[in-house]
Amino acid sequence: MDLTSINPILLVASLMVAATPIILAAIGELVVEKSGVLNLGVEGMMITGAICGFAIAVESGSPMLGFVAAAAGGAVLSLLFGVLTQYFLSNQVATGLGLTLFGLGLSSLMGQGYIGIRPPATGKLEIPLLSDIPVLGPILFNHDIVVYFALALVVATWAVLKFTRAGLVLRAVGENHDAAHALGYKVVKVRLMAITFGGACAGLGGAYLSLVRVPQWTEGMTAGAGWIALAIVVFGAWRPFRVLLGAYLFGGVTVLQLNLQAAGVAIPVEYLSMSPYLITIAVLVIMSSGKAKAALNAPACLGKLFHASS
Amino acid sequence: MKRRSILAAGVAALALATTGAYADGHAKTKVGFIYVGPIGDGGWTYEHDKGRLAVEEAYGDKVETVYQESVPEGADAERAITQMALQGADIIFTTSFGYMDPTNAVAAKFPDVKFEHATGYKRETPNVSTYSARFYEGRAIQGHIAGKMTKTNKIGYIASFPIPEVIRGINSAYIHAKKVNPDVEFNIIWAYTWFDPAKEADAATALIEQGADVILQHTDSTAPQAAAQKAEGVITFGQASDMGEYAPLPRVSSIIDDWAPYYIARVGAVMDGTWESTDTWDGIGAGMVAIGKISDAVPADVKAEALAMKDALADGSYHAFTGPINKQDGSVWLAEGETAQDFGDDGLAGMSFYVEGLTAEIPN
Repeated sequence: MDLTSINPILLVASLMVAATPIILAAIGELVVEKSGVLNLGVEGMMITGAICGFAIAVESGSPMLGFVAAAAGGAVLSLLFGVLTQYFLSNQVATGLGLTLFGLGLSSLMGQGYIGIRPPATGKLEIPLLSDIPVLGPILFNHDIVVYFALALVVATWAVLKFTRAGLVLRAVGENHDAAHALGYKVVKVRLMAITFGGACAGLGGAYLSLVRVPQWTEGMTAGAGWIALAIVVFGAWRPFRVLLGAYLFGGVTVLQLNLQAAGVAIPVEYLSMSPYLITIAVLVIMSSGKAKAALNAPACLGKLFHASS
Repeated sequence: MKRRSILAAGVAALALATTGAYADGHAKTKVGFIYVGPIGDGGWTYEHDKGRLAVEEAYGDKVETVYQESVPEGADAERAITQMALQGADIIFTTSFGYMDPTNAVAAKFPDVKFEHATGYKRETPNVSTYSARFYEGRAIQGHIAGKMTKTNKIGYIASFPIPEVIRGINSAYIHAKKVNPDVEFNIIWAYTWFDPAKEADAATALIEQGADVILQHTDSTAPQAAAQKAEGVITFGQASDMGEYAPLPRVSSIIDDWAPYYIARVGAVMDGTWESTDTWDGIGAGMVAIGKISDAVPADVKAEALAMKDALADGSYHAFTGPINKQDGSVWLAEGETAQDFGDDGLAGMSFYVEGLTAEIPN
């Protein structure tokens, strides 16, 4: 056992990379849930985004175009959910689960011709001078552009929800859709926009896996990341910066367990492999134990159907 | 003559006219393959599928091949194999260690179908054969090159499951790396999967971040190669297939499994009725294991040594496990000059211990 071989700087840097797909998917789902919609189809939208982004990046040679296509793919799939739940008033939980299964199947069909292919490389955004700073340089200023985009998105979501009129309307719709409707806000329209945003974010998260982190296409490659994102939204009590913290915690344990194994720590591998999930569950329990604290912060209309006649 | 008897006579005539027809009347030999990953994995399954295509090419329209990709190991495999047997396959190749018990279970139910299980050791009924390749011979060459080329003296190893085949590979690579570089250290990560590019990439990245500048993999995807390419100054070896698209760096050589001659011979044996239950375990000499082109990134003298070792392994003048070798606990495994047995106690087939010098423990 040689713990000194674990370089903490590199560990933090790769933790940020490992957490990025979850941050993207979770921040999208946060906005969706803030509008009062529970979309359990995150996993399906992520994997659809992963293959859409991969296919377009390979065909066009441009990873940026791939990311745009991934966002579009995720958004289109989420609109399917939106139309079903908002216009046809289908059950959100069942529709969301269906969306996950549909996305997994659709993506493996779309991905038939793309197995074993290498995508074009996504460039790193090395900021001159800043990336040379010891310790902070490699951690903060030596990533690809999507890592920064994800962080910026968290800040932007926080600001929009807290300080803008649009954010206020979104929250109003999520807290009490009848009151929002009485005030003249278009509840269904707001929710559809939130759902589309959530789909696009999940698609981006999936594409980050297939274009940067792995980078390759395989069936089922998201391997539960969408479910983790859903858990982290609850974990973060619907607050953007807590969601960020949760994603880093999860990413950190994922990376750390591989590093511990490589360093020869004598803990059975099985415990290390399950540790990220165990810790997520443990924190969820602790968070929600404080007199239903987390439940208090949940949008009041979360998962409830809305029809203008009611 | 009644209509029914005309038909019966016609069928009988047809059966007589077509040589090698089967009891139920079908003329083509149907060959089935069960794969653990997708055929586009660029590694293990890709090579098995090349073998399948070679069978088609060799026998043309006398054979029909079917395959199923990404069949999970364990109980689900039994369903897939049964399905293939019910569809009328005459011989079925199950190409992963985890299909061992399902293959034998299905074989007991279909005595007329021949089963060929890769890398296993159970042949419970006379219609089951096993076959494998001596990958550890290739690992010896990898270990030699790795030991010579590492600058950090740290070699990362992405292992799949703690089964004899994988442990043999680790031991063989370690012994030969240690021989040329006494300071060498092995860091091993168990991925518990044959094919999961995301996990394999993360494992490779973790090993590289801890200072490994050689990555050996016993998993099937090319993801570790891609991860090594991102980090500069790291070398890798193609696993199961050439993975030549990553040459000359990071991939400096590879172990290639060539199943085609075996598959052609076994399907031929089914056709002419000479098929028997056998156990085949061939290495470099028989051509079942090939060493991919050693790239120019390897210094010329190291390359020459590696090729000399390959020749010695091929003609049998050198055995990859030649004593003196101690087990991890310090007890003697092979005395001076003694070579490892294939079977029996401490034989290669059931190897379940590390050799002396490896610091990690085998998970159970």
